[in-house]
Amino acid sequence: MQVTMIVNDTEVTREIEGRLLLVHFLRDTLGLTGTHWGCDTSNCGTCVVWLDGEPVKSCTVLAAMADGHEVRTVEGLAKGAELDPIQEGFMQCHGLQCGFCTPGMMMTCRALLDKNPDPTDAEIREAISGQICRCTGYSTIVRSVRWASVHEARVNQ
Amino acid sequence: MTTVHERTETFDDNDQKPVGYGRMLRKEDPRLIRGRGRFTDDVQLPGMLHLAILRSPFAHARVVSVDTSAAEAAPGVKAVVTGETLKGLGLAWMPTLSNDVQAVLATDKVRFQGQEVAFVVAEDRYAARDALELIDVEYDVLDPVIDVRQALAPDAPLIRDDLEGKTNNHCFDWETGDAEATEAVFARADVVVKQDIVYPRVHPAPMETCGAVADFDAVEGKLKLWSTTQAPHAHRTLYAIVAGLPEHKIQVIAPDIGGGFGNKVPIYPGYVCAIVGSIVTGKPVKWMEDRSENLISTGFARDYIMRGEIAATRDGKILAIRTNVLADHGAFNGTAAPVKYPAGFFGVFTGSYDIEAAYCNMTAVYTNKAPGGVAYACSFRITEAVYLVERIVDCLAAELDMDPAELRLKNFIQPDQFPYETKTGWVYDSGDYEPTMRQAMDIAGYAALRAEQAEKRARGELMGIGISFFTEAVGAGPRKNMDILGLGMADGCELRVHPTGKAVVRLSVKTQGQGHETTFAQIIAEEIGIPPADIEVVHGDTDQTPFGLGTYGSRSTPVSGAAAALVARKVRDKAQLIASAMLEVTVADLEWVKGSFQVKGDPGKAVTIQQIAMRAHGAGDLPDGVEGGLEAQICYNPSNLTYPHGAYICVVDIDPGTAQVKVRRFIAVDDCGTRINPMIIEGQVHGGLTDGVGMALMEMISFDEDGNCLGASLMDYLIPTSLEVPDWETGYTVTPSPHHPIGAKGVGESATVGSPPAIVNAVVDALKPYGVRHADMPLTPSRVWDAMRGRATPPI
Repeated sequence: MQVTMIVNDTEVTREIEGRLLLVHFLRDTLGLTGTHWGCDTSNCGTCVVWLDGEPVKSCTVLAAMADGHEVRTVEGLAKGAELDPIQEGFMQCHGLQCGFCTPGMMMTCRALLDKNPDPTDAEIREAISGQICRCTGYSTIVRSVRWASVHEARVNQ
Repeated sequence: MTTVHERTETFDDNDQKPVGYGRMLRKEDPRLIRGRGRFTDDVQLPGMLHLAILRSPFAHARVVSVDTSAAEAAPGVKAVVTGETLKGLGLAWMPTLSNDVQAVLATDKVRFQGQEVAFVVAEDRYAARDALELIDVEYDVLDPVIDVRQALAPDAPLIRDDLEGKTNNHCFDWETGDAEATEAVFARADVVVKQDIVYPRVHPAPMETCGAVADFDAVEGKLKLWSTTQAPHAHRTLYAIVAGLPEHKIQVIAPDIGGGFGNKVPIYPGYVCAIVGSIVTGKPVKWMEDRSENLISTGFARDYIMRGEIAATRDGKILAIRTNVLADHGAFNGTAAPVKYPAGFFGVFTGSYDIEAAYCNMTAVYTNKAPGGVAYACSFRITEAVYLVERIVDCLAAELDMDPAELRLKNFIQPDQFPYETKTGWVYDSGDYEPTMRQAMDIAGYAALRAEQAEKRARGELMGIGISFFTEAVGAGPRKNMDILGLGMADGCELRVHPTGKAVVRLSVKTQGQGHETTFAQIIAEEIGIPPADIEVVHGDTDQTPFGLGTYGSRSTPVSGAAAALVARKVRDKAQLIASAMLEVTVADLEWVKGSFQVKGDPGKAVTIQQIAMRAHGAGDLPDGVEGGLEAQICYNPSNLTYPHGAYICVVDIDPGTAQVKVRRFIAVDDCGTRINPMIIEGQVHGGLTDGVGMALMEMISFDEDGNCLGASLMDYLIPTSLEVPDWETGYTVTPSPHHPIGAKGVGESATVGSPPAIVNAVVDALKPYGVRHADMPLTPSRVWDAMRGRATPPI
């Protein structure tokens, strides 16, 4: 079947098998390997991307379901050379180690800040609780999101 | 690589130190936060095929026949390979890291659920998976050995009938210490406490599963293998031995790795299958296991059933510790540890205490479970050792009705006793335990916590405070007694300074998230004064780096970090000779001021390392005997392990209505000697503490009586999320290692090793009103509920 969707602001059309998962479409068909594949069961969240602006686990979304919709991945987070504050925050606060869960984490955290620009630590923890990081122990991820929140508040002043 | 932007306006401590130690943002982050890391599954080669593995549904069965005809005829399938095919190539079996053998693909029997039976190579990963369904395997199902306590029963089914003359499931016996001396001390002790303690089977479950891309070039006879390996050089040598390929024609590349934790130390059948798949098809072949395959077939951890005994005087002087261990090694002994240490470094079970005698005897057995045995950030079984001693010390404190902090403080090895040889022969290099313990107690507000606990107990609320104090032995290791399959555990390092004063350093170790590209640049920077941003760190490619044993057991900084410091000093020595010629003074007249050589007493006369580098490569004569260029290489053989220590305090609250444990606070004070990058160290500690919460409260790989793995997905094998862990509170002390060139000790696994006993001790402390003295991990609500009702049972 043929699918057409907007991925990171660019329209793409591809011929695919109906059963193809969105994560494999992004990684194998489009070569956007920043989105990862970690568990198959929607538990780990390394595959989180946005579907029409909402974080989804792309290992349990068919590529066909994204037909006619808009997808954003970690590759679409920065604006050209300018990093998103969430990306800056993860670097500044050591919010990543191996970097495997990081793209999914950042997509969720960006979505959180878009809805709630000044989240509490508890709200940040709640937002990322559907995702697993095996390296950081989460405190530095919480700090990373706080960093981005504070930074954005300053920029917007 | 993009330069990291400084945002010092919001974080005052974000000083990117230009040269040397201190908090510095990571050099690897710019690619990873853009989604531009390159992990094994990201490797795409022209014409690449995909490999999928058929695994056994049974724990123990004879393979009667394997019919691949339907699979071979399936669309997109390029090859189907069985154990019989491999047998013809002499590749059906491979050596494990413990001098045992393991089946690559089963020929005679399957010995655990998930064992590799056949593989398919097809045009895409979906077609390969589809074809697995078409392979028809006839099994003759056998009784499995699942209960480790029954493995040596006379009527137990024989698992390893592939080993000539084998008549039972015995794997090995091991002992350490002095049995007689220990018995004598126990016989005269005022107080003896015994406790059976189980450290259940757990799994490292890195977020990236294991996989490989093999590309065999038949014309060149060269194999290129991208794989998820923590030890690329050791793997290359083993592939040379297993596959009979000449070692110089094998290039192992470990690209970015999505977490290792020991899971990526062994060679798995899948890697070998990918190599065979590429040789057979003449195309590059990718194998990437899924999460279930990772959990059911790759290196597990722990699985020790321990009996701990501790002898003491009535006033709380610990005299001796004794333990008996039954170790479950699964179907093949795949333990990744130095070969002379079949129980890893479990021998440090005497902990941080000055005692008179110690003894351990251990029996290891085969069962119908996945092989492995050393993984999950365990520092070669020190997790089990520290858990044993810290749990049994708490049992003693309860018996003596003594505060567990006070009991530990009373028995610590004292600073003037270092180097301290334990009763099991380990020489602790340095330590100063009391300040570390006191700091943890200060951060925690220990006295206030005890007062709060007393008030809450009076109200019927369940609050617990748990302590653990650990000493680790990391940085394997001295080649005189440490090797893996005959490969000495030394590490090489090469440093080359380019004419413009930029440098490249090549390491034998490999990061899986620990930040080597940053830390090692800082080590070099500290020694030769070139800013870390000007130093390229190359690692993970056997064609590009010197030989060494890789990253596990917290060995990178103790071994490879020492190599980096020493190779930099070699370069600096040569730079000094060149500087003396440039400044026309003797070498003795020069002093090193980070980044340049100055004439003593005349700071105006100086040359920078960058000027020296240009001169080393430039025109004009160099001093007699000095070759051009500015580079050096080294192979570092550590004289001893390094012994980091730490004091951990955990505060838990338990809901009496649901038996749910909530970790309210966790205080970790670590001493890893000289601190290279405090930000990275803190990150290593945080990650390990989270592992500890997982193991203590959630994680366990269990089996039903038929040998079905019950932890085969992340829905069943529970890993902590952000909601199960608190905001970590950390501190540190610094006791440098006297034998390490920069005084550093390992820290990568300290928190994984040290935290589980603190959490379990806290839970048991909370349950004191119920008369609970011990409860085994994982302390899930149902297990805590049972403990509260006097029904605490071991998990296996």
